Amino acid sequence: MVPLSWYLILSAALFAIGAVGVFVKNNIISTLLCLELMLNAANLAFVAFSIFQGTIEGQLFVILVMAVAAAEAGVGLAIVIALFRNRETLDVDESSLLKL
Amino acid sequence: MLPLLVELPPLPTLRDTAFIMPEIILTLFAGAALVLDVALPRSKKHLTAYFSLIGLAFVAIALAQQVAMTASLLPISAFYGMLFIDGLSVVFRFVFIVAAAFSILYSIKYLEFEREQRGEYYALILFSTLGMMFVATSGDLIALFVSFELMSLSVYVLVGYFKRDKRSNEAAMKYFLTGIFSSALMLYGLSLVYGVTGHTNLGLISETIAGYVQGGTAESGDPRLLLMVALVLVAAGLLFKIAAVPFHMWAPDAYEGAPTTVTAFMSVGPKAGAYVLLARMLLFALAPMREMENLPGWAALLAVVAVLTMTVGNLAAVTQDNVKRLLAYSSIAHAGYILLGIVSGTDMGYQGVAFHIMTYTLMNTGVFAIIIALHRQGVIGENLNDLNGLFSRAPSAAVLMLIFILGLAGIPSTAGFVGKFFLFGSLIQSGKPWLTYIAIIAVLNAVVAFYYYARFARAMFLNAPSENIADASPLLLAPSVRITLTLSAIAVLFFGIYPQPLINVADIVAQSITTVYAQSSGIALR
Repeated sequence: MVPLSWYLILSAALFAIGAVGVFVKNNIISTLLCLELMLNAANLAFVAFSIFQGTIEGQLFVILVMAVAAAEAGVGLAIVIALFRNRETLDVDESSLLKL
Repeated sequence: MLPLLVELPPLPTLRDTAFIMPEIILTLFAGAALVLDVALPRSKKHLTAYFSLIGLAFVAIALAQQVAMTASLLPISAFYGMLFIDGLSVVFRFVFIVAAAFSILYSIKYLEFEREQRGEYYALILFSTLGMMFVATSGDLIALFVSFELMSLSVYVLVGYFKRDKRSNEAAMKYFLTGIFSSALMLYGLSLVYGVTGHTNLGLISETIAGYVQGGTAESGDPRLLLMVALVLVAAGLLFKIAAVPFHMWAPDAYEGAPTTVTAFMSVGPKAGAYVLLARMLLFALAPMREMENLPGWAALLAVVAVLTMTVGNLAAVTQDNVKRLLAYSSIAHAGYILLGIVSGTDMGYQGVAFHIMTYTLMNTGVFAIIIALHRQGVIGENLNDLNGLFSRAPSAAVLMLIFILGLAGIPSTAGFVGKFFLFGSLIQSGKPWLTYIAIIAVLNAVVAFYYYARFARAMFLNAPSENIADASPLLLAPSVRITLTLSAIAVLFFGIYPQPLINVADIVAQSITTVYAQSSGIALR
């Protein structure tokens, strides 16, 4: 059986890739995908812990997080569409009407 | 592998359903508001607002039934520990209802003016309030996370409510991306908490961590190190939500770009919801990690963040000319003050947190209501110069604004002073020298804050009205808004001079925090 640490390393790696991607990517859609990756990295950790500890809560949590993530994607894409209709670009760096 | 469940616990009874009656009523009204929006003709859309206000009144009545339960100060657990009702949850749910009701009331004329009167606006405020109310009653990580996301998602949509306004779009995008990022940080932290403790119930987590911190089980390395990582991730997620430095950069943008009524709502409602979540996580689930042997606990971490937050917030507010940005930085500074109460860890500190959040709700919505009224008049009202000569144009509005501003500044004889007194005093009362130094920094900060709040007063009372004001007619304040504002102003002054009634309410919160911590296992899975 695959040991717990492998799952956790994979989950930490996915989380790190997602977190770095949020800061590196300029396209909003890519940023959204990176955020989903971060959420799913947490999901992986939950499922792995759940199996290895023999408690069911982690798996319940994952199902609800998936539902939340779907709702988030819906809201996020709606915002992206509204933004694109008004300015015809998805580049994060060009959204700079609000400044210090 | 998972063991088979041999014995199922009994199903939740009707008793448990009675505990979430306020939330059930709110869900029904929020759903009905959406339907009503479709059913009503375009000219009658504002009726949804009154419908929502009636709904909130019913919710408040249902919630009042639970007040008696807090007298015993013992938390009541429902749905197998998924929810629990204590003094904190009852008091804060009233705060949320008041914040939502004020926001709806102040929005009606504003949306009419902007030609954006749609029922979904009010439904979203109600859904966000529903999320907050469940945050305040959750006793489990799953319920906390899901309800917190319900609260946040509704607000993301509200920030971007003006679909055709580029600034609203941009604010929504920035708020959304930072919000989801912080949720992901927090979720990953929660997964580690679950992994280390094996529980999602706050009480059981607290119990297990208390065992680890005392060095109970250490056969496979020190679980405290993994808990530290989890703590940092969870705290980072939470600090993002309350816009504490260094996670505050989204707040000024989101506050400025959002419709002003939404800014008013999000600066009090969801902010208070985030404080409740912070209190539940740090003062309950992770409470044993406040101070640890050989490792820094969260008290030290939070103290540093609190000092940075109030200093950066106040200094940045000094140079702002946009009122909404200025108030965003002021709310960042206030987040710093509120964190101090949590850092101090005394009853007085917790009382200060509750007292300050309650009065801040009144004062901040009041300030925003006047800014919204300016907007309606044809002046945008977002620049500090737009307030010039307000006293000669609309004396009563200027006086009301002055009371709220003095309250935010914390001038003695306003409720803002009492809140600050409790928060700063609790640091000195705790008797730790390093907390006393923080109290000195906090008082210096309050002095800096006087400067930018005084700018409001100077603009309103001393400066001559600007030339560019197109319409010099008096402010368009609906009678209901005027009455609400007057009552809040009276409350700010009354609780500044005679704070005892509100202190008693704040004490319910403080007592429930200390009792829940003292008997964390009492509300675990029944």
